[in-house]
Amino acid sequence: MRELWELFTAFARLGAVSFGGGYAMLPLLTRELVDRRGWVTDNELTDYFAIGQCTPGVIALNVATFIGNKRKGIPGAVVASVGIVFVPVIIITVIAAFLRNFADYAVVKDAFGGIRVCVCVLVVNAVLRLWKKAVLGLPTFLIFAVVFLLSVFSGFLPVSVSPVILVLVSGFAGILLYGKSESGKGGDAS
Amino acid sequence: MILLRLYYEFIKVGLFSVGGGLATLPFLYDLSDRTSWFTHADIANMIAIAESTPGPIGVNMATYAGFTTAGVPGAILATMGLITPAVIIISIIFRILNYFMGNPYVEAAFKGLRPASIALIAAAGISVIKVTLVDLPAWQASGNLSDLVIWPAVLLGVLLFLGQKLFPKIHPVLFIAASAIVGILFHFGS
Repeated sequence: MRELWELFTAFARLGAVSFGGGYAMLPLLTRELVDRRGWVTDNELTDYFAIGQCTPGVIALNVATFIGNKRKGIPGAVVASVGIVFVPVIIITVIAAFLRNFADYAVVKDAFGGIRVCVCVLVVNAVLRLWKKAVLGLPTFLIFAVVFLLSVFSGFLPVSVSPVILVLVSGFAGILLYGKSESGKGGDAS
Repeated sequence: MILLRLYYEFIKVGLFSVGGGLATLPFLYDLSDRTSWFTHADIANMIAIAESTPGPIGVNMATYAGFTTAGVPGAILATMGLITPAVIIISIIFRILNYFMGNPYVEAAFKGLRPASIALIAAAGISVIKVTLVDLPAWQASGNLSDLVIWPAVLLGVLLFLGQKLFPKIHPVLFIAASAIVGILFHFGS
């Protein structure tokens, strides 16, 4: 019971401060769940994000469900997911009831102009940190570069490549690259 | 039963939107056309509000649509609808993954998939940076390269980056709060 409560409060806190969607939440997740609580490793978090990308639903929710499952099975998954939406539901309900033009106030616009800068920095920091654990050598660098360029310049491409395809192809590339040579070793530190 | 209908419709949104909050948009437009629970203008309003409050955008949209349609119970049921498929699908995937953990081919696939996951996160970071630190229209209008970047925002970003490097113990939320204050003081929203 205490562990479920801990899961709920941890994710309620994350939900209360995760501005700008699932990706911006990542640095807070590494801080709270990897460093502080030790519930998951950096690599596990990266894996969850990858799977969260190509499965239905909101990414932040998918990641919460994964971690909830890992800690306490299905009840953990439910508690973590309800936790992450708890504060947003209250805030949005209040706004919908009383402050419909909330987003039009100059103060709100200014504050979020500042917060967006911070989100940029947080995402950059998170990428730098996870990079060290996952981009090891030329093949992984190439996967990173190709996926990054295809995603950033997707607007200029004749066909937009879905993240789902990118993740699946990269997983397949991983099997081709590492499937035989490293089988049975699994010695990468996480 | 409007509440059951809300729950059911947002299960569908959660089930079919792959790849994060904004992927829910086409489904919300469709829902608006079919039900008249909310208008297209409401959706635009929702996007602005979702961007100015914490929490995953998809969740905020579900809460807002649920509340405008059927009050607090509507807000709760619509959000629960969005969560339900994620919890079920991710819980199943988690179990399959656990079963195959240690399988060298699965490990190899994850080695290829991790750099792709980080690349997608980095690409999402670039899209925030593009609207926060860069002003393409101003540059195109003046042809002056110094108009390309929004200098106050870049300065704040550099300070935040250095701050996090120098004081890694300080919680990221404090940096978020500080940037909101800076944003208000220096009118970052305009």
